Amino acid sequence: MSKLKPLVPILYIAFLMLPIYWLVAMSFKTTNEILGGFSLFPQTFTLDAYRTIFSDPTWYWGYINSIIYVTINTVLSVAVALPAAYAFSRYRFLGDKQLFFWLLTNRMAPAAVFALPFFQLYSAVGLFDTHLAVAMAHTLFNVPLAVWILEGFMRGVPKELDETAFVDGYSFPRFFVTIFIPTIKAGVGVAAFFCFMFSWVELLLAKTLTAVEAKPIAATMTRTASSSGYELGLLAAAGTLTIIPGAIVIWFVRNYIAKGFAMGRV
Amino acid sequence: MTLRLEAITKVVEGRTHIKPTTLELHPGRFNVLLGPTGAGKTSLIKMMAGLDPIASGKVILDGEDVTRRNPQKRRISLVHQFFVNYPHMTVFENIASPLRVAGVPKSEIQGRVEAAADVLKLRPMLDRRPHELSGGQQQRTALARAIAKDSRAVFLDEPLANLDYKLREELREQLPDLFAGRGAVVVYATSEPEEALLLGGETALMEDGHVRQFGPTADIYRAPASLAAARTFSDPPINAAPVTVSGGTARMGSATWAAARADGDYTFAIRPHHVLPQPMANGVALEGTVAVTELSGSESSAHFDLDGRPWVSLAHGVHPYRVGEPHTFHMDPADGFWFGPDGAPVQEGR
Repeated sequence: MSKLKPLVPILYIAFLMLPIYWLVAMSFKTTNEILGGFSLFPQTFTLDAYRTIFSDPTWYWGYINSIIYVTINTVLSVAVALPAAYAFSRYRFLGDKQLFFWLLTNRMAPAAVFALPFFQLYSAVGLFDTHLAVAMAHTLFNVPLAVWILEGFMRGVPKELDETAFVDGYSFPRFFVTIFIPTIKAGVGVAAFFCFMFSWVELLLAKTLTAVEAKPIAATMTRTASSSGYELGLLAAAGTLTIIPGAIVIWFVRNYIAKGFAMGRV
Repeated sequence: MTLRLEAITKVVEGRTHIKPTTLELHPGRFNVLLGPTGAGKTSLIKMMAGLDPIASGKVILDGEDVTRRNPQKRRISLVHQFFVNYPHMTVFENIASPLRVAGVPKSEIQGRVEAAADVLKLRPMLDRRPHELSGGQQQRTALARAIAKDSRAVFLDEPLANLDYKLREELREQLPDLFAGRGAVVVYATSEPEEALLLGGETALMEDGHVRQFGPTADIYRAPASLAAARTFSDPPINAAPVTVSGGTARMGSATWAAARADGDYTFAIRPHHVLPQPMANGVALEGTVAVTELSGSESSAHFDLDGRPWVSLAHGVHPYRVGEPHTFHMDPADGFWFGPDGAPVQEGR
């Protein structure tokens, strides 16, 4: 029995990893092999798909565009959420609880609801097909999320820390930047991670608000699918590359996320 | 350098939390705020520090009105009950931070931080971060930050309450030396009467948002100005019972003794360590029923029922009490305090 014990998690992890493995294996196959039948390993190992992606601007610009608007969005969301979360964690004001709840309700509506108004609005003000347009559209969902996460972390910091700093002579902005933010840097990391992930995987708004200049990788993938028949190997390679940024970010914040779970705010 | 409070009050949502409080606090001694939890000690300190709004009255520090001034501009220090340090800074940086903010030249900071660290025995920990320190070391870091800064007033809000017994004693012995000769007004809040007595100086007895009595600590201990003040300055709580005097004889339940006081009704109060299980000279016998006994180190305390009132005796040594059995306790009425029906003290004489 004890020898079988480790088998259970191993089987489970294998089960979880299967689709990812399949994706990665496909990316090294030729389209013919993929369509030809079942094969566990690539029979004719090829890097052609990756070569195409890194040499064809319509492909690699998809990644660059995505990274640009995701970065803008993450910075914007966290920067706006930090003072808001501080206010919610430290002060009582008229309608504070209602406002806090209302922020969350923004996340409850599907993105599709906002696609049309955003499209019209951004077209009207000349922001259509810019990175900023997608980044700002995503703040609608990410600012509430970041406020929610950061408020939890800030609540864990005793108010006495603020008081000590003020008595020690710190002005509020100086205290906030040099003492408070470093104190809750785990929370900033977790909030940034979730903003990054949401913005990275969100497809509908990103596709609606862009045409050529700021086209995200996910949009590129759906559009190239039928251009010259099925290029399944190419798509699989693009998919594999899409997973990598998320994996890198998770690696950096993995310890903080556990902390966030412990505080019940993730 | 003095810190003067002129009838300051604190009002929260229409309720007065701190009733008009007037105090004049001087440097060179400990100004102790003594009172139970919730008496308003922390509120009063935060008001003096500029962290809590003052509804009315004035705070005068060193001759200038600082009532509406930000805490940043008051040149004060504050040490909380909880160990509050900047978690991402080393001990050195923690102690140096108020100096850096104040614009003290770099060459001077090194020396001042090291001097403060030496006094508080933090020299070997200067490169560590607060979470790598023990509770005592963390609080010593907070104290070092308070003394390294050239403050006009230092507020210590129950700084030893969260430390274990041994560390508390050790640090308490050091405290008076830390602030001697600094010229700063030192305000120390505590809920332990013993601590007030050990630190000496002056004491303000606080209860329910009131300062009941203020003056030299020993004087207040010897002559509480009211029954409430006597209660605050006694741990375990002071024993009290109604007494009737008629024709030079005091009668408290079944106990009687000769008392040179005018006829009438009084409240008689006596501290637990003046109520002993063995007979004494000029003693009055008290017939009580033992309810609970406690043995703590070299002292034994007995809670007993005296004519329906809970009284406490605190005596040196170990005494054989039997719970539920009657026991005769003794007291010298000269050790007690007399209060009139209005709660004010009544002096001897007819």
